[in-house]
Amino acid sequence: MKLQIPLILVFLCGFTMIAQFMIPHEFSEDLFQYANDFVIVIGILALPIGIYSLMSSTVRKARRNPNERLFSIVTIFGFVIMIIAGLKADWFYSPTSLSSRFFDYILIPAQATLFSLLAFYIASAAYRAFRARTALAAVLLITAFVIMLRLIPLPEPVSTWNNTFVRWILEVPNMAAKRAILIGVALGGITYSMKILLGIERSYMGGD
Amino acid sequence: MAWYDRLLALDRRWIYVILAIAVIIPAIFEMHVSVSTSTEVKAVHSFVGEIRDGKLLFLAFDYDPSTMAELHPMTEAIMHQVFKQDGRLIMSSLSQFGPPMANQLITRIAGEYGKESGKDFVFLGYKPYPAITILAMGTDFRVPFPLDYYNVPLDESPMMEGVHNFDDVEGVVSMCGGNAADMWITYGNAKYGVPLALGVTGVMASDYYPYLQSKQLFGLIPGIKGAAEYEQLSDIKDGEGLRGIPYQTTSHAVVLIFIVVTNIAFFAKRSAAHRI
Repeated sequence: MKLQIPLILVFLCGFTMIAQFMIPHEFSEDLFQYANDFVIVIGILALPIGIYSLMSSTVRKARRNPNERLFSIVTIFGFVIMIIAGLKADWFYSPTSLSSRFFDYILIPAQATLFSLLAFYIASAAYRAFRARTALAAVLLITAFVIMLRLIPLPEPVSTWNNTFVRWILEVPNMAAKRAILIGVALGGITYSMKILLGIERSYMGGD
Repeated sequence: MAWYDRLLALDRRWIYVILAIAVIIPAIFEMHVSVSTSTEVKAVHSFVGEIRDGKLLFLAFDYDPSTMAELHPMTEAIMHQVFKQDGRLIMSSLSQFGPPMANQLITRIAGEYGKESGKDFVFLGYKPYPAITILAMGTDFRVPFPLDYYNVPLDESPMMEGVHNFDDVEGVVSMCGGNAADMWITYGNAKYGVPLALGVTGVMASDYYPYLQSKQLFGLIPGIKGAAEYEQLSDIKDGEGLRGIPYQTTSHAVVLIFIVVTNIAFFAKRSAAHRI
């Protein structure tokens, strides 16, 4: 029963939603909204588990490794302070509220800094990895070079030639490769979903 | 140690320093970089150009502060264009950190044009689960968003009278820093047939070219260059996009020089090895 009930539920829910997608009827739309509400409810129910998991792993890490203690304290402090800052809905709109201040002066600079650090890693990686060791590596190197060259002001007619070549790269070889990947992923997704719905693939239940 | 060995083993800290200098240079010396406009950006610009005199455009802020540098300028340019033409905007965010950032931009630009919430624009705010939210908005905006971001019921907004779903807007322009773009294509465009354009980060752009050819997207604004193109088309002289291009140019130039130098050293080493 422990195995069969989840399999039956997945089968019924999955095929009902496939049928719903194909039927353009008011009842079908209502069913869809009802199912969507279920997803949100499940998500909300999962939230306390997520919070518990974050807190317990942070505390465990702090206890086990003294070097991690400071980071763990920052995590817990940040978590608690953001809950307090977001207790009242109005605090989100006020530009002078604690929540807005944290957003403007901590989150935005932190995320922007982390993202901009990528430029340095990319430059370092380009220096070390972009070497024409093989014919395929040379193709990759030339493609990357030409595409990046588009952002450098070049004299005419070189600039026009380069732009035309870049468009060709994006619209022909890039598109062919992307399309092949997309179709492959879609077919793989359909197959995998069918295996789950039919109970062939059961790893989501915790087994092999 | 031969010169090529020294170059090939260059300490990465030198690379960081050189790149940092390249990024700082445009901040010190004023630089102007010419930008040529592409057809995909022109397509978005002319589509938004038709959003005038009360017509509705759905603008999605589906990004967070990490991609703000690339996506904020193009979002700002579109908002200026729509409000200048007396068009109206419905806005939402499918990114959890999007709403405060979007709210700042909306407050500033709407203030510049004297536009009012509920009358000239509605900001719906954020809802989790992008796919579900897009699907629900296809039925009625009121399903996922009974209240707007400022806690005003949508039914009380004069602008939303008779506006229910994507059939009532001219199109959707989603500014995406993540996978919400795929969901807009799969659910917004494929299921509900809403005309869709995307503004994406530079690294994401090549992923979405197939959808342009298949006409699932009517336009694409790729990265800071796309933003600069859009500003140029909109005649915005001091936009963040055009100001950001010199920084991108110098840093790209440095990366290109690095690639050339490392390959010269690599081939010099290889030919030296062959000679021995």
